[in-house]
Amino acid sequence: MITTMTQSLIHVTGTTDALFALLASILAAMALVSLFTARHLIRRLLALNILSSAVFLLLVLTARTANGIDPVPHALVLTGIVVAVSTTAVVLALYLRRYRREPPC
Amino acid sequence: MLAVDLLLTLAALATAGQCLLLPGLFRAVANLMAFGLVMALIWVRLDAPDVALAEAAIGAGITGALLLTAVGQLPASQRQLHHEHYRVPRRFIPMTIIVVFVGGVLWATMLALPKVGLVKEIAAVLPESGAEHAVTAILLNLRGIDTLLEIAVMLCAVAAIWSLQRAIPPPALELNYPGLTTLARWLHPLFLLTFSYFLWQGTHAPGGAFPAGAVLGAGGVLLLLTGSIGWMYRHYYNQLLRWLLAAGLLLFLATALAGLLMTGSLYGLPPQLAGYFIIAIEVAAALSIALMLMTFYLFGRPRS
Repeated sequence: MITTMTQSLIHVTGTTDALFALLASILAAMALVSLFTARHLIRRLLALNILSSAVFLLLVLTARTANGIDPVPHALVLTGIVVAVSTTAVVLALYLRRYRREPPC
Repeated sequence: MLAVDLLLTLAALATAGQCLLLPGLFRAVANLMAFGLVMALIWVRLDAPDVALAEAAIGAGITGALLLTAVGQLPASQRQLHHEHYRVPRRFIPMTIIVVFVGGVLWATMLALPKVGLVKEIAAVLPESGAEHAVTAILLNLRGIDTLLEIAVMLCAVAAIWSLQRAIPPPALELNYPGLTTLARWLHPLFLLTFSYFLWQGTHAPGGAFPAGAVLGAGGVLLLLTGSIGWMYRHYYNQLLRWLLAAGLLLFLATALAGLLMTGSLYGLPPQLAGYFIIAIEVAAALSIALMLMTFYLFGRPRS
């Protein structure tokens, strides 16, 4: 029953969307598991970056409506990319602070 | 086109998997950069050219540069990820079950999600927004408050980094790599040209403030790496740098308040003047995004 349901859904949304939705789901799941289990903090940061990419992919997929491409999720993703790089920079600066001998300013 | 989709999916899975599972910090970071490039191709495939441009410059370029510089600053004991390698077999089965379960639930939800969208609503207000390209109109006019807050988030990130430590001085590369400095200087006009092109194109086609700022920021990071921008590190220019960093946010706030005075609602731009406002905000936002991406790369406050 599940397979017929999936097939009918794929038929509605199109193969490309279904394939990239599967990719985004797997990436999100892998990144979540890695985010919680990785020992090295940099690895967790990499997992966070991959997780944000997966979420952006899901958002862009929702933009492909029957009426055409919806530009609102694209704008959201553009904002999200810049916020993600800001987060990465702050986390890296915090992490480096542990290993630098210089006094804080 | 199914072959292209499959190839892109496999490439994304392979790079992400290597980034998350294989030992070696440098290898993981290099795989993340490759993953960013694959994602840029996927954005093109999904008809999101604006996102693709920003992802190629930020996801593959600047994030990678930040991570590689940070890895280079770590002591040797912290650069290894090998102890995870031996734990993988024990955890393999529960991890696979969790990945399959979470991924399956997400996939089923995604396929069943109704895709409504705001295509008609956006098309109806687009002529009054001052930009012909819908994504630019949303970013700088219709949902300008999002972009305002996003630039505020970046400024907060710069403030947080500056309060932590002093800047990492640029490495002395001239002796070991004499060609690199020259190459960076020769390439910079190309970065400037691309920046101006994206900025000019932004009002009517894919491009605009975000990709333009990301490209200029990436070029600036290259110049910082080769030590060609000395003034950002000097105490004398610290005050100027602070004003430049804040300029984008201040101009944005001034526009929002001007909208409040002219139309009675915050960020409500009058349609006949919206085109000029959008150009002004676009230039300011692009320049401040570029400068903030470059200051991230310093990893601290310039020396005083």
